[in-house]
Formats: sequence, structure tokens, C-alpha cells
Amino acid sequence: MSGTTFTNARIVCPDGGDRAGTLSVRDGVIAADAGGETIDLKGKLLAPAIVDLGVFAVDKAAFARGGIARVGLMPDQSPVLDDPGIIQRAAAMGKPDLWVHPIAAATRGLAGADIAEMALAADAGAKAVATGREWIADSGVMRKVLAYAADCGMIVISHAEDGGLAADAVATEGETATRLGLPAAPALAEVLAVARDVMLAEEMGARLHLRQVTTAAGLDLVRRAKARGVRVTCGITPPHLYLTDIDISDYRTFTRLSPPLRCESDRQAAREALADGTIDVLCSGHDPRGPEEKRLPFADSLPGSAGAETLLALGLGLVRDELISLDRLFALLARNPARILGLETGALTPGSPADLVVVDADAPWKIDAEQMAASAGNTPFDGLPVQGRVLQLWKGGARLR
Amino acid sequence: MSASDHRPAAVLHGREAFPHRHLTGIDGLQPHEIMFLLDEAENWAEANRSHAKSDHRLDGLTQINAFFENSTRTLLSFEIAGKRLGADVVNMHAAQSSVKKGETLIDTAMTLNAMRADVIVIRHGSSGAVQLIADKVNCPVLNAGDGWHEHPTQALLDALTIRRRRGSIAGQRVVICGDLMHSRVARSNILALTALAAEVRVVAPTTLMPPAVEQMGVTPFTDFDAALDGADVVMMLRLQNERMSGAFIPSTREYHLRYGLTPERLALAKPDALVMHPGPMNRGVEIVSSVADDPERSAITEQVAMGVAVRMACLDVLTRGARGVEGWA
Repeated sequence: MSGTTFTNARIVCPDGGDRAGTLSVRDGVIAADAGGETIDLKGKLLAPAIVDLGVFAVDKAAFARGGIARVGLMPDQSPVLDDPGIIQRAAAMGKPDLWVHPIAAATRGLAGADIAEMALAADAGAKAVATGREWIADSGVMRKVLAYAADCGMIVISHAEDGGLAADAVATEGETATRLGLPAAPALAEVLAVARDVMLAEEMGARLHLRQVTTAAGLDLVRRAKARGVRVTCGITPPHLYLTDIDISDYRTFTRLSPPLRCESDRQAAREALADGTIDVLCSGHDPRGPEEKRLPFADSLPGSAGAETLLALGLGLVRDELISLDRLFALLARNPARILGLETGALTPGSPADLVVVDADAPWKIDAEQMAASAGNTPFDGLPVQGRVLQLWKGGARLR
Repeated sequence: MSASDHRPAAVLHGREAFPHRHLTGIDGLQPHEIMFLLDEAENWAEANRSHAKSDHRLDGLTQINAFFENSTRTLLSFEIAGKRLGADVVNMHAAQSSVKKGETLIDTAMTLNAMRADVIVIRHGSSGAVQLIADKVNCPVLNAGDGWHEHPTQALLDALTIRRRRGSIAGQRVVICGDLMHSRVARSNILALTALAAEVRVVAPTTLMPPAVEQMGVTPFTDFDAALDGADVVMMLRLQNERMSGAFIPSTREYHLRYGLTPERLALAKPDALVMHPGPMNRGVEIVSSVADDPERSAITEQVAMGVAVRMACLDVLTRGARGVEGWA
């Protein structure tokens, strides 16, 4: 494979900082020098391609537009990713232009009862196991899942929401849900689940990743657990950093998310936790839902948003708000999720796979549900003006976009 | 005359008095717009007492009552209201089970629209469902109850009943007791009564109290006796069967002990306090018969009568634009 050299780039590396310079690629990996083709980036950003941890659909067009070269695919597929054959098939779904890293079901059929075949899943290509869209209600089962996953060298990705409290809720308890007459659960549903899972992981010495933590108290538990050395990481998606429960006021089902949107003080706490390093991963939670699942009364619609194409621009917004630095943004988007999945990517160090994005960080555009590349346009940010466009996407030294 | 009894509606003409296309809720209505509807309903209340109850202003118009949730009383009330105004009234009973999911709700709305209904009355089990349909059709939509959200005509008929029996709404101490969490009647009443400057107290066990309800301008109580002190109006809510055993309250007899309206308890309110209930009642649970049937204190049958008048007023007002009534086009 011939080489490529990017010149005149603003190179953003989670490990190497933010600098102007030149980057070379040879044989699909980042190299000291390359020769071959030279591309003048004219000062545009060159950064690691996004590793999107925990998506619900393989939606290649959306990922390409979003600068996403790798996804961790949630086990909530049909059929559930709990069998080696199914996992192998999932791992091949994105080829050749997208790496799909399957996340296997932690329990058989995601039923929360029997431990899934984790070692077989790992052999088949699974990079982690997950509880899926819901938590594991039985604490005895969760404890065994964490213990067994630790034996197999797998990280457990959990959905932190107490199912008893969450029940049929579609919103967070508060004035908005009360006025709208919607079933609501206290934010405590998340906090209790975080507390339980962190304590179980601590006891078992297991690695735990909480896919989304969205409340002040939940984030505080994670912060304190990290301080005492628990092997816990956590993530968040942009809606919980930008929106609150007030945004569900007109019953717009694109704002129906899981976990539901929180109050303003939780949103502020999430932004602080992003800045202080408590949150490790910024992900899209990409979950395209068509009109048959969204053009319904709020409580009858299904949760989720199509986030892949808006992830980078909304992440850049956090940099513009001076909440985080540019290299920290790409730690959240690429390096940290890569590490959680055990992938040798996510930074621009020599020898790493040349998974790269070239970004015009200032390019203005307006999020438009009608114009999305995703298989459905269910974005809670419809109409929002943002900045930051992916100009090029490279995977293993090959240009995809 | 208190602030809310002042009626700018008298000086607003035609559409200015009620510039809304639909009635999806009390939320979004100005106090003078609520008063305008009450004044209109007052006229019908008088007319309904005479022998010649029929009117012809809705002659030739089609009113569809699309009820996605079972109802006897409200459906009957809307049907009588429409027929007294001369409308051709059609009832669509869409069993919740068959029309709940998928595109069907929107499809149903489009179907009703294609049949060129002139006014659609909708009840649905999901909060926000009526607004969803209202956004898709070309005719006025009246909310006859959506989930736990709103039941605006119930709040209007309750307000009218209070105004007739107590002389005004402003300054009245109204105690609403029961399953507030799951009650659209409670939400619409809170919105209407606070807008009209009543003092509203809400009473429920914490398991049935909507979180942050005080943000709606009411005072929550768990102790019914304490809340009744100085009450002008005691409004009891129906306890739904499915909430009676275990999940929210231990039993009906325990509920009755703490929240049942008995003569002894009613004595804690003002001597002439009015008793109301949206029906249907669970006699012996939230209210005992001697209170419910006391003609001096209970306004329960008057509420039913006012329901027809309020619905006639709403049907009339919402179709004025389409009927080309002067000032409403």
C-alpha cells in the first residue's frame, strides 16, 4: 500500500496534544515518514476517527458522515448478540468501510437470568459484554456476570437504571412530567443502579463501563469510585449535555430518550463531570427510529435518537463553550472508547491504524431531520445551528469519504 | 368585584374573545378566555332548563366523537350537546386495544379528516394524543380527555358549577382530593381554578401525588382533615379500580379511612361548603352516599347538567369560524 502525507494540518491527538504539522501514513498505519501522495489540509483539523461506543444499528451512511470509523454494536439486535455465529456475522456487517465491534449480551437473550457464553463470544470477536437497553434486575445475577466477565477478561457495559423505579416511566419526575401527565421516574433510579453496579464491580475486581450516567448524584458516585481505584468508566450522549426535561414539553417524541432527559442542575453537573474527567466517553447512542416508532403519542413511542451525524459537531460545541480542550474531545470520542473495547486505535501515535478524520471545525450548518443520512431522522436537535463538518474519513489508510 | 371576575371578554369582539382553533387543554388559555366560555355556557344552562331545548346553529355540520377509551358519561354528554345544536353526531368507538399502536392513530385522524368532519371530539388513553391529532386535521378538535394530561370541558363545567353555586371562583378555597397523579380532571381543574384566582389545595397519599405539583400553584396536603379547614368546595376524584389494591394504596377500606368524604369530615369545611365529584362515584370508597346525595351540599347532578351546557358552548364557539359567524371568520 502506498503512503499518504498530510501537510499543513492542525493535528489533534489525545496523547500528543494539539499542534500544527505533518502526519504520514504507510501501509495503513501511522508512520514516521511516507512518501507517495501529499495532501495539503490548509490548517484543517486532523484527528483520530471516532470510535462510537454503544450504537443500536449499523447505519453506515450516518457513521461515514459523522466521522465514525468504528462502532461498538449493542447486543440488542434481532437476533440478540448472544451466540458465536450471530456475533461473527455482526462483526462482518460493516465491511469494508466500517469496523463493527460487537458487544455481546451479558446474559442469554438479554433476559437477565443466565450468564451468556462470554469466552465463546470473545473468540467470535466480541469486545465487551453488555446488559443491553435495561439493567439486570437481579443483583445476584449481576454479581455473577461481573465476576465471570472478569475471568474472561471482558468489560461489562451496563445500563444504569433501576427497573423497578423506572418501570413504565418515559420522563424524569418533575414539574414538566407532572404538567404533561406523563409516567415519570425519579432521577434516583439511575443513582441506585450506579451505586449497586459500582459496588459489585468493586467487590469482584471487575471492569465496569456505565454506558450513560446523566445525574449529578450518579456522576458523583462514579467520581468517588474512581478516586478509590474502582475500575469503572462512564459515558454520556450529547442530548444530556444540551437538553433538559423542559424540551419534552410539546410531546416531541424525538426527545424521548433512555434514560430520559433530566433537570437543569443534572445537566450542569454532567457538563462539569465532562470537564473534570469523571466522564470518559462521549458517544452517539445512535438509534434510528422511523415514524412507525416515533409518530405516536409520547408515552407510546420508543426511546432513542439518531445521533451519529451530530456527535462531532455537538462535541465541538463543548470545546467552543470552553468546557473541554480539543484533544480532550478526541480522548472522549476516540481514545477512551478504543481503550474500553481493547482496540489499538484512537490516537495518532506511530504504529496505530490510520483511522483519521479531517474536520472543518468552523463550517456552519443546521441540523435538519429531513436531511440526515441516517436511516431515520429522529434527532432532538432538529433546527439547531452547529459548526463542524467532516471533510475526510480514513480507515486503515484508505479514504472512505 | 375581584380581579378574575373582571371580564375583558365583554369588550373583546368575535374571534378576539377566543382566538383558538382547538380546545386541547386549559393550558394556554387566558383567564378572560376561560370566563368567556363560562359566560357562553351560562346561556346554554338557562336554555337547557326550558322545554324547547333544541337549537339549529350546527345544522348540517358533522360532529365525530372519536373515543379511543371507554366512556359513557362524557360521550353521552358530547352527543346530547351536539344534537341540541342540530349537528349530525357520529360516535366512533375505537377500542383502545385495536387502535392504540403504530400509525393507526395518525391514520385514524387522516380518515376522519377525509370524511370532512366539521368538529372532532377525541378521548384517548395517552397524554398528548389529542394534540397529535389536532395537528393533522383541518377542523376544530375538542379534547374529551387525553391520558393523565387534560380534560378541559370537565374543568370548565366544574368552574361553572362553582361560580353558580358560590357566586364567584376567585378567592374560593377549593380542596381537590384523590388520585391526583393519574387524573386529567385534576390537572385541568388546577389550571383553570388557579387561573381564575381560586385557592387550590390538593390532597392525596404521597404515592398518588404528582411530583412537584406545588409548581402548579397549589398547596399539597396528605392530611385530608387539615386541608378541609375553611374549605368552600370539596372536590373528590374517582379512585380507579386498578389502583385500589396494593400498588398505590393498601386497600379501599384503608383509603376510605384516610380520604373518604364522610359527614363528619365534611363538618371540618365551611358549613355551606359545596361537594363535587366528576363521576362515576365509588360510593363507600372516596365518598359516602349521605354526602353525595345531600341536595343542600352536593352539586354532583348539577355538574352533569353543566357538562352539557359547557360542551354546547365549546362546540358553538369552535365552529363559529367555519360557520361564518360575524366577527369569527
